[in-house]
Amino acid sequence: MTLALATPLRLPARRLASFGWATTIAGVICLLVALTALLAPWIAPHDPTAVDPLNAYAPFSAAHPLGTDDLGRDLLSRLIAGSRTSLAGPLVVIVLSGATGTAIAVAAAWIGGWFDAAVSRVLDILFAFPGLVLAITVTAVFGAGFLAPVVALSLAYVPIIARVMRAAALRERSLPYVEALRVQGFSGWHICRRHLLPNLAPLLVVQAAISFGYAMIDLASISFLGLGLQPPAADWGLMIANGQPSILAGFPQQSIAAAVAVVITVVAFTVVAERMASR
Amino acid sequence: MILEVTDLRKVFGSHVAVDGVSFGVGSGGSLAIVGESGSGKTTCARIVAGLERATAGTIRLGDLTDKSDRKSRARMVQMVFQDPYQSLDRRQTVASCLDEVLKFHGRDERPRRTKELLDLVGLDQRHAKALPKQLSGGQRQRVAIARALAPEPRLLILDEAVAALDVSIQAQVLNLLADARKATGVGYLFITHDLSVVRHVCDDVIVMHRGKIVEAGPVEKVLTSPEADYTRKLVGSIPRPGWVPTRA
Ligand SMILES: Nc1ncnc2c1ncn2[C@@H]1O[C@H](COP(=O)(O)OP(=O)(O)O)[C@@H](O)[C@H]1O
Ligand SMILES: [Mg+2]
Repeated sequence: MTLALATPLRLPARRLASFGWATTIAGVICLLVALTALLAPWIAPHDPTAVDPLNAYAPFSAAHPLGTDDLGRDLLSRLIAGSRTSLAGPLVVIVLSGATGTAIAVAAAWIGGWFDAAVSRVLDILFAFPGLVLAITVTAVFGAGFLAPVVALSLAYVPIIARVMRAAALRERSLPYVEALRVQGFSGWHICRRHLLPNLAPLLVVQAAISFGYAMIDLASISFLGLGLQPPAADWGLMIANGQPSILAGFPQQSIAAAVAVVITVVAFTVVAERMASR
Repeated sequence: MILEVTDLRKVFGSHVAVDGVSFGVGSGGSLAIVGESGSGKTTCARIVAGLERATAGTIRLGDLTDKSDRKSRARMVQMVFQDPYQSLDRRQTVASCLDEVLKFHGRDERPRRTKELLDLVGLDQRHAKALPKQLSGGQRQRVAIARALAPEPRLLILDEAVAALDVSIQAQVLNLLADARKATGVGYLFITHDLSVVRHVCDDVIVMHRGKIVEAGPVEKVLTSPEADYTRKLVGSIPRPGWVPTRA
């Protein structure tokens, strides 16, 4: 999404995806991360919000495999708990922007004429506007938290999804089977819903999977700026930000652990997405 | 008459594709439109099928009026397209493709009817579960014919429906079309650039050249004693018995 990140992330991911073993590892990581998020409350060894000031900055140990933070909270438990919002955010973004973008794209391709021209024009303008900046502005106005950045980022992703899907919908629409269906008497609504959309679905899944990684980085950036979830919530972006004073104190493990979690997850999802795209 | 076309004209920009053409198809009749590529045959077909608007002229299709909806039009006229590889939805099995049409047109006993249609075009239950990519070109064209016959139209337009098929497969599909006409009483508007295939399926023929009709009459007569120079040239290019095909 954020274009500066787009190329450095996609190219190596595409190269990795050309190796079977890399894709397998990436797939396993995606599964593990998703499972962790689903089961977080049951697998976290400690209460992620339990403060224990006497035990602050504890080193690695059997009880605290990643140590503790400035308030003595178990870092592994916070990382596990944080996987929930850190995955849910991008998930909501790709579902919202995928559904909206595809609906706009199919409508534009089907109706055509001035409607398509107008939609394409608006998409081009929105596309030129940096999505992350838009999201940050909207969040600054509507307030920090989970919802505002996610909705704002979804909006910012709509033109990206819509552009790709519109081109595909135009191609699909020009295939002779669509004319055959029209001669059969079917309505445009029926043809779009029962034929165009199912045929576009595989492309949409790939598009959404690729966007997932970017959405995760963008949301982490928003959290990092303090516009996302607020403490004491456990969220990877927030953990990177909150770990900054500890780095100065000589205990960088909170920021590093959360950043590593973000990077590994993003790379794994993107490699799997690129593998799907290359089929 | 199920189809009566009078003074049909179609202009694309400044190019006149169809220039004052009149023809008709009787109930259960079969009319061929022949002519070389670019003579305006497909344009006529698309206008009759309702995919394109005429610039001028009138088209009477059975008892349809300007106010008839698309569904009643679909029950009057259906069309089979040239390209069997792309005229089916690649995600849809043969059975679900036929079932969708039968359901839309409110037909009862759809599984039985699906089987009847497959029988009619020489396919069986094994093909019913297949996706288009698992079928050959000829089999796909059979599916397209079955789908077009599903709403029980009075007129079936076949636009170069066998042009993309191998010669031996062409013969099978042509026989099937002749049989289907006898079985269902549907009329054909059979469009082809290849005069040699019209004898199998059609009673009458019109010859088009540059958007105009240059000759019209019963197939036998036009093939044996063509009057227009253009028709003579077309007839002269039909392979004779004993002719050996050259492999491209
Ligand atoms: N949509 C269109 N726009 C512009 N010109 C067209 C269009 N469709 C057909 N034509 C032109 O009309 C003429 C007749 O085409 P067509 O009806 O497809 O001929 P045929 O089917 O006999 O080969 C051709 O010169 C073709 O280029
Ligand atoms: Mg043609």
